[in-house]
Amino acid sequence: MAVQPQTEFEAALRRQGSSWTRTTSDAFAAAVTEAIETPAVATDLSDWGLDFGDAPVTVDPTPRELLGATTGVTGASLGVSSYGSLLLPSDAKGTEPVSLYPERHVAVVSESDVVEDVPAAFDRLGDEFAEGPKSAVFATGPSATGDMGALVYGVHGPKAVHVIVLTDR
Amino acid sequence: MSDARLKAAEIRHLLETERDAIRENTTHMNRERYDAAARFERYEEARDAARAVKEDAIERLPELIERVRESVEANGGTVYLADDAADANRYIEEVVRDRDAETLVKSKSMTTEELDLNEHLEAAGVDVYETDLGEFVVQVADEAPSHLVGPSLHKSTAAIAELFNAHFDLDEPLETATELTNFARDYLLERIVEADMGVTGANFVLADSGTIVLVTNEGNARKSAVTPDAHVAVAGVEKLIPSVEELEPFTELIARAATGQDYPQYLTMLSPPVDSPTLDFDADVPLSEAAGESDREFHLVLVDNGRTAMREDDQLRETLYCIRCGACANSCANFQHVGGHAFGGETYTGGIATGWEAGIEGLDTAAEFNDLCTGCTRCVNACPVKIDIPWINTVVRDRINRGEDAELDWLVEGLTPDAEPGGMSLQKRFFGNFETVAKLGSATAPLSNWIANAGPARGLMERTLGIDRRRDLPTFERETLRKWFDARGGSRVPLADADREAVLYADPYTNYVQVDRGRAAVRVLEALGVHVRVPEIPESGRAPLSQGMVATADERASAVYGALAEHVDAGRDVVVVEPSDLAMFRREYEKLLPERSYERLSENSYEVLEYVYGLLENGADAGALADGDGRTIAYHSHCQQRTLGLDAHTEAVLDARGYDVLSSTVECCGMAGSFGYKAEYYELSMDVGGDLKSEFAAHPDREIVASGTSCLEQLDALFDEGTRHPVELLDPKRT
Ligand code: SF4
Repeated sequence: MAVQPQTEFEAALRRQGSSWTRTTSDAFAAAVTEAIETPAVATDLSDWGLDFGDAPVTVDPTPRELLGATTGVTGASLGVSSYGSLLLPSDAKGTEPVSLYPERHVAVVSESDVVEDVPAAFDRLGDEFAEGPKSAVFATGPSATGDMGALVYGVHGPKAVHVIVLTDR
Repeated sequence: MSDARLKAAEIRHLLETERDAIRENTTHMNRERYDAAARFERYEEARDAARAVKEDAIERLPELIERVRESVEANGGTVYLADDAADANRYIEEVVRDRDAETLVKSKSMTTEELDLNEHLEAAGVDVYETDLGEFVVQVADEAPSHLVGPSLHKSTAAIAELFNAHFDLDEPLETATELTNFARDYLLERIVEADMGVTGANFVLADSGTIVLVTNEGNARKSAVTPDAHVAVAGVEKLIPSVEELEPFTELIARAATGQDYPQYLTMLSPPVDSPTLDFDADVPLSEAAGESDREFHLVLVDNGRTAMREDDQLRETLYCIRCGACANSCANFQHVGGHAFGGETYTGGIATGWEAGIEGLDTAAEFNDLCTGCTRCVNACPVKIDIPWINTVVRDRINRGEDAELDWLVEGLTPDAEPGGMSLQKRFFGNFETVAKLGSATAPLSNWIANAGPARGLMERTLGIDRRRDLPTFERETLRKWFDARGGSRVPLADADREAVLYADPYTNYVQVDRGRAAVRVLEALGVHVRVPEIPESGRAPLSQGMVATADERASAVYGALAEHVDAGRDVVVVEPSDLAMFRREYEKLLPERSYERLSENSYEVLEYVYGLLENGADAGALADGDGRTIAYHSHCQQRTLGLDAHTEAVLDARGYDVLSSTVECCGMAGSFGYKAEYYELSMDVGGDLKSEFAAHPDREIVASGTSCLEQLDALFDEGTRHPVELLDPKRT
């Protein structure tokens, strides 16, 4: 990867072997097109004001389409600079399965939602839990196992993670 | 075969079959863990915070159980509090039957192992698939997990390949870790997609919100929990903490302690039933239109199974703080060599298994492996929630001792002036009363040495006391340290000229066996302007404590304090040669003495080179000590000395005196007091010592130096040349 990290968050992504793109909401569809490997599926991000445009992705797939996809594109509600972690909500549009089943996960995060460290992330979570019980996953890098005698990436979860950082949000 | 022989044979078998994989894996995890701890600034702060949360949560457990019942029910799920394994299994089977579930996918859960849930459900005709790859391997192999975190840690890639190739009908044989992983993933994906129900454990349960927290690296718990529309989470009641507010320190600690990662790959927080769409792979409906919460069923099964009684047990309660990271197992030299199949009970493995198994299964199960804990304390600093794991092992050993039937006591009667009940193991009483043995041995030396080493005596000792005949016995000196000291007319530094005054603690080894190091210590202290006294002080209690003889150790602690209190009050420093005795004063006496007595003694006691270091720092003339002159040495620090953080002082002093010091990276010599003498453990002890031997054998020119009595004995057995204590290298009179 030739791109140099500009932020702590990106440096952490690099340490865990993930890649990233910095872009704006306008150029979102182009960034997605570049980041995915087809076939790709995505959760609907129109509530974020984001349009997949002519990016070759199936938005709101069926479970079968999900199983057949190589890439899953979802939003992340939070990024954590220190470890490059992403908070993925277990919502009704399917962020959990779309971020989990395909081999490649492309996560979209607003730069303003990137917090410094775990304590800061938990402050935010504390506020959210104060409103009611929540379900979400902190995902840090690709899925991995050492159970077969050596470290292997890509087990039940993705083998590779790419993050699209929206700098205007 | 005798019990000792059976035990020795079991250990020998594991050394041959499982050691290599376990040692490689634990060594790797330890290295990663040290690095991960070092780069985390808030490490100690987080440990304290996590500890405080657990103490509070266990204290308030009944209240948290009620709270989680309310919150889960408010969310739309069900809570079942199971008294024991049978109760939990019966309930889960009912849930399965109500849903007509035929197949079930599971993510890793030690608590379900404890319940034997898989066996129970399989007997009821349900197909159960473990989706954690390590659990999957042991399920296919029909073996028990050998480690809390890595169930298949005892298997190499080649062994797993052999297993899979024999078990599955494959077109091409599997070989590499990647091939094996990919095969298991694809195989299990089909099972997950078909499954009628998912079962997970829980690393934490948040009472306020009814949230299950799962820590995984593979993503299998995520899939198992949300793909099927029914989810059963099984957790011991001790997993409850109040709310998300208290969770943060654990998330920073658990993966660090377990595998040396900064943060878990996946930290899942589920407050079921979740909104996430259920996945019906046959329905042609987009995710957003699939049923989510409305269609989901969730059961939280909280398991007691002995935990309430553990909570009420002042000594076992701490066990409930355990977050099952496995660091205590990884840090343990014996575990690194035999793994959890020897060092473990029905379910749990490693040092803390003693607490779990004693509380859940009972003393008999704990007794099968409890002796593998040598009390070295290497796990103490490793534990993210600061559990005193060696203490739990000691207390359980004490209880086991008290449960044994009385026989043969008369044989050691005269040698064992202890406070223990009749009936405990003869071997343990013998080692626990080493001071009396040493006193007698020294008084009758050299005759006692000749007799003890004669063939017939060794045979008798092996049969009655279980002392392995291959092990050299200590050679008692006729002239004890105290006799020598008195004969030379006491301290050569008159009190009036002295900068400081110190009591040299003549432990039984220094006094009766390794007298040279005692003499050297006296001369070194005097060379630095210290007026030295060598009064008669009782044995510290280390020997009986290591055999689980807590009452005897408690009496010794009082006697030692009684004998030293006046010296401490008079402003004299207490200098200790043997690190395991200093560790008594600094660690275990906290449990055996009143707080103020403990503080007074521990604050005024020093390991001998720690003391020398302090004297030099405060301006004493280093030139008065022997000059190393660039001589090369290989130094092995003692386990308890490392735990107390005192290895660096010895290295610094030797370095300052011009020695070229190479320190061992291997932490344990394998001897551990009486452990290496015992017939059932002799071979394991030598096997562990083999690591240190290979490290030092690569530097044949270096003189071997060690701080601990046991380490010196073990190194003497491993190498031909004699081994010295570092203080002997500083002795101005050294020849
Ligand atoms: S006792 Fe401590 S180190 Fe051992 S498994 Fe439990 S939490 Fe980890």
